[in-house]
Formats: sequence, structure tokens, C-alpha cells
Amino acid sequence: MSDIKKFMYVNRTAPYGTIYAWESLEVVLIGAAFEQDVACAFIDDGVYQLVKGQDTTELGIKNFSPTYAALGDYDVNKIYVEKESLEARGLTIDDLMALKYEDEDDDWAEKDSIHVVTAAELADILEQQEVVFSF
Amino acid sequence: MSTLHTVNKSPFDRSSLETCLRLAGKGNAVVLLEDGVYGAMQGSNASAMVEKAMSDVSIYVLGADMKARGVDESKIIDGIKVIDYKGFVDLTVEKDKVNAWL
Repeated sequence: MSDIKKFMYVNRTAPYGTIYAWESLEVVLIGAAFEQDVACAFIDDGVYQLVKGQDTTELGIKNFSPTYAALGDYDVNKIYVEKESLEARGLTIDDLMALKYEDEDDDWAEKDSIHVVTAAELADILEQQEVVFSF
Repeated sequence: MSTLHTVNKSPFDRSSLETCLRLAGKGNAVVLLEDGVYGAMQGSNASAMVEKAMSDVSIYVLGADMKARGVDESKIIDGIKVIDYKGFVDLTVEKDKVNAWL
């Protein structure tokens, strides 16, 4: 089974108003479980998915935001956040969860999974993908 | 690698078209379908954005969805090509992958 493809999951919706964000996270984990080369992009309202301090207790629904922190354990460490989308919403990377992974090629050093990229950089990254899933 | 982008929402309802055009690579193709066809019309608040993008990407609009909405070809921005379903299929075959902007 060496049929590995570059999968990109494009996330453009905020977390609790619709089911898209949660469904995307589930499908990302499936892609990772099948050992695909997984990357995620957070664009437009999708950047709200990564905001820290989410607490859904009063809504009575699951807060799935802690799951993003587990992505590193599934070798999902290419998480791209579009700079323009963050800025348009008055957010900076400090407003987001600090997602980390351990780099097995660098003595398991802890590194950041989130990369803030410009629209131009993200356009290039999207071009390099083989499959794009939209949520 | 080259991508075919699809946009099926009105630019006045969602940011899908704007984001698609911001992130589409040079030489990519964009197909406007369903309510996305409104993004192909001349003289709207979205027209300038679409015209500007056309220096880098090719834009197509699905004729059947235009007709259904009473959008006449004469109302379409110059340079946008009207295609039928066969043309749509040809584009999906020609490009490496499809990115559907929901």
C-alpha cells in the first residue's frame, strides 16, 4: 500500500453554526488513518475553528476543539491558516490554539503545526495538492 | 498541476467567489454554476473583482443554469465563456483536480 496522495482539507465555516467543521475533522482523521499525506487549510470563517478557549457546556453539545490538538499524533502537522482571513476578523495567531507535533526526524523536537500563510502562498500550496476536500 | 474551481453560490450571499478568486493559481479555470452564475453578470458590485481576476484565470459559466435564471448571454462579462454540460466534463478531464468552493 504505497498509494499515498496529497490530500487537502479546505475549511471555510465556523465551528458550531453548522456541522461542516466537525465533519471535516472526522474526515481528516480518516485520511490520516489511511496514512495519506494530509494537509488542512483554514480560510474565511474556518479560522474560527482554531480559536482557543471554546466552551460549549451551556449549549449541551460536544466541544470538539480539543481534538485539533490530537492531529499531531496522527502526523497531521501541515495546518495552514490564511493571514488575510485572520486579519479580516481582527485575530492573530495568539488567538488560536497552539497546535504542536513531535518531529521524528529531528529527535522528536516539539514544533508548531500551524503555519500562517498569505493568500499567494496558500494558492501555491493548493496547486501542489492531488485531492481537495471542501467543507 | 492545474486546478478547476467551481463556485455555486451567489457572490452577494457568500464569499465563495471572492475567496476562490483570491486563492486560484495562475492558469486555473473557474466554472460558475447554479447561483454562482450571478457572479458572471456585467455591472454588478462583483463585476470588477471578476474582471480583475480574468487576467490570471479563465472563467466559464454553465449555460443551463443561466437560462434557468433568465440570465441572458448579452449580460455576461466579456471574456467569460458560456459552456454546456459536455464542456464542463471536458474541463474536469483537462484539469488535475477540482476544488469546489461551497
